[in-house]
Amino acid sequence: MRKLRHWGPGLLLLSPSLILLAVFVYGLIAWTTKVSVSDEHNALGSKGFAGLENYTKLFTNDINDRFTHSLKNLLVFTVVFLVGAMFFGLLWAFILERGVKAEGFFRTVYLFPMAVSFVASGVVWRWLMNPNKGDSAGGLNSVLGGLGLDFLQNTWWTNPDWGMAAMAIPAIWQLSGYVMALFLAGFRGIPQELREAAAMDGASTYRLYRNVIFPQLTPVALSALIILGHMSMKMFDLIMSVSGPQWLTEVPAIYVWQTLLTSDYAKAAAISIILLLLVAVVIVPYLIYTNRQEKNA
Amino acid sequence: MRFTRRAAVAAVGVAALLTATACGSSDDSSGGGSGSSKVEVFTWWADGGEKAGLDGLVKQFGTDCAGQTFENGAVAGGAGANAKSVLASRLQQSDPPDTFQAHAGAELQDYINAGQIEDLSADYDSWGLKQAFPQGLIDNLTVEGKIYSVPANIHRANVVWTNKKVLASAGITKDPTDLAGFIADLDKVKAKGIAAPLAIGKDWTQLMLFESVLITDLGPDKFTGLWTGATDWNDPLVTKAINDFKTLLTYTNSDRDALDWTDAEKLVMDGKAAYQLMGDWEAADLDAKKFTDYAWFTFPGNGDTFQWLADSFVLPKGAKNPEGTKCWLKTVGSDAGQKAFNTTKGSIPARTDAKPADYPKYQQAAIADWKSFKQVPSCAHGSACSQGWQGAANSALGKFSTNSDVAELQKAMATAASEFVKK
Repeated sequence: MRKLRHWGPGLLLLSPSLILLAVFVYGLIAWTTKVSVSDEHNALGSKGFAGLENYTKLFTNDINDRFTHSLKNLLVFTVVFLVGAMFFGLLWAFILERGVKAEGFFRTVYLFPMAVSFVASGVVWRWLMNPNKGDSAGGLNSVLGGLGLDFLQNTWWTNPDWGMAAMAIPAIWQLSGYVMALFLAGFRGIPQELREAAAMDGASTYRLYRNVIFPQLTPVALSALIILGHMSMKMFDLIMSVSGPQWLTEVPAIYVWQTLLTSDYAKAAAISIILLLLVAVVIVPYLIYTNRQEKNA
Repeated sequence: MRFTRRAAVAAVGVAALLTATACGSSDDSSGGGSGSSKVEVFTWWADGGEKAGLDGLVKQFGTDCAGQTFENGAVAGGAGANAKSVLASRLQQSDPPDTFQAHAGAELQDYINAGQIEDLSADYDSWGLKQAFPQGLIDNLTVEGKIYSVPANIHRANVVWTNKKVLASAGITKDPTDLAGFIADLDKVKAKGIAAPLAIGKDWTQLMLFESVLITDLGPDKFTGLWTGATDWNDPLVTKAINDFKTLLTYTNSDRDALDWTDAEKLVMDGKAAYQLMGDWEAADLDAKKFTDYAWFTFPGNGDTFQWLADSFVLPKGAKNPEGTKCWLKTVGSDAGQKAFNTTKGSIPARTDAKPADYPKYQQAAIADWKSFKQVPSCAHGSACSQGWQGAANSALGKFSTNSDVAELQKAMATAASEFVKK
């Protein structure tokens, strides 16, 4: 009874958001899971139970191995995107942290792409990365041709070997500034005493960064990786506006949408649940980690 | 901190939330009813020639069906993709429009399987449509002895469009009648310095070209059998067709997977290509873009085969106003209705009793062919296969475009057929 008195007001205050969460998040996940184990393959299909058939079919008997292909694409995209965005983000942050003139200006310039919607920048990148060469070349190929760097010209996202990696270029452009902002905050958060102590001990600049500053940035780097990672898993708008739906650059999120258009709800739901699990695999360990950090703090 | 006040605030918040959600679920179930005189027509014709065609049809509907009012349920954008998702969710909730647009033929299969649309065979008889439409179309429309839709128009898929200037400069004066002749002509254009004489776009446009090659190599009957299960996709003739298709792809632009059909059309208009295989909406589009230097011929080797696709209207189960909808469908199939729709849309009427004089130049030729040629359906445009099958085929073609693996394409198409063919 005392417990309830203790919890009561808190629960009451929490209840609106709890109810919303229950209905609109967990409820929908439950519903999608239910559809994914049904045999609802057309506009008003029977609601029979199909067990895990929709899942197994995706991995073993999907025409053209379309699903595993889309997963591979997602993996390539995620790796290139994470490495690129982290590298450039850290680089910009490092340069700004070392102190440059007009720091505010550069910070704005780097952050600016974030303010643009993926769809809008996607349309521009579609033109920039137009695979044509010669007199109808797209933006990037024109510039490269103009600089005499013809050997660098590429067919970008229509290239069968690394089209998916090319897809990460716009994403890197768009989100490096965001990573930079995170790292800048991280740099600012490092207590001045540490730097002074390192200086007193006669640490070189290299040693200072290597042994003092970068280790302090680990939590920031982890957060950035997780945020970017889950963004990339849901990547839909950017790819849709650059390449449109096509075999070469199909990722699971686009495959879900394409499957929905053919009214195969069961299959679409199964893909969605697999995507959800993938995101969970990334996020849950991170949540456990940060919880532990907070407890230890 | 006093418990009561905090609790009160929280309780008010909860109460407000609950009332808000409760109010949200009790609206607009009162419209419609059996006495409705509104006919909600669900399409994705929201602009351009399509909208003009629909307007013409609506005008005719007003004359033919006094007392009924047309309600426009158009959902724009995404080449019908947006509309299809809206429609699917409305059907899910048993809230169908009075009639909706769908590609005639196999694409309706999902709706038929789900028992969502009514059989119109009896109306076909009373409206005299079985006599008005060519037998080949009636055969393609019939599913297990029943007909479920009324086509508003007919488009032709297996047409090659050419840039006359480019052909003249390459010294080509005759239309090719077989694949060998076509490839010889492509070589002639190539020799003139045009690297990619055959313009093409992404997956579904490649599927169209592939289908045309299949018609050439298998003949119309065996080709139709590919989609009904009568012809085996593992047939050696299919292997030959895939190889021929592979050869043709070597004459196409390397950025094909990045282009839509209009981008490929522009290559022909700009003289960067000589040929493009595309449905006959291209004629209306070229006319609209004021490009006059074009000519056309049936895909080489297709002989007198007319590969058709059609937009059609259906009567969903549970439509609020079936009487009004039937009047709409009757208008759609009538001579006056088909004329009102097609003269502006750039398609031809499905009826064989249309007067060619009412139509522009290309359509006159198409109307003549429609009467005398053999009708075969198209997978890329839903008259031969369901939406799921189209998706699988497009993705298989997209993959083939990047790796040219003949055996793999054949296997993928065979697998798709075994999965989707009407059991």
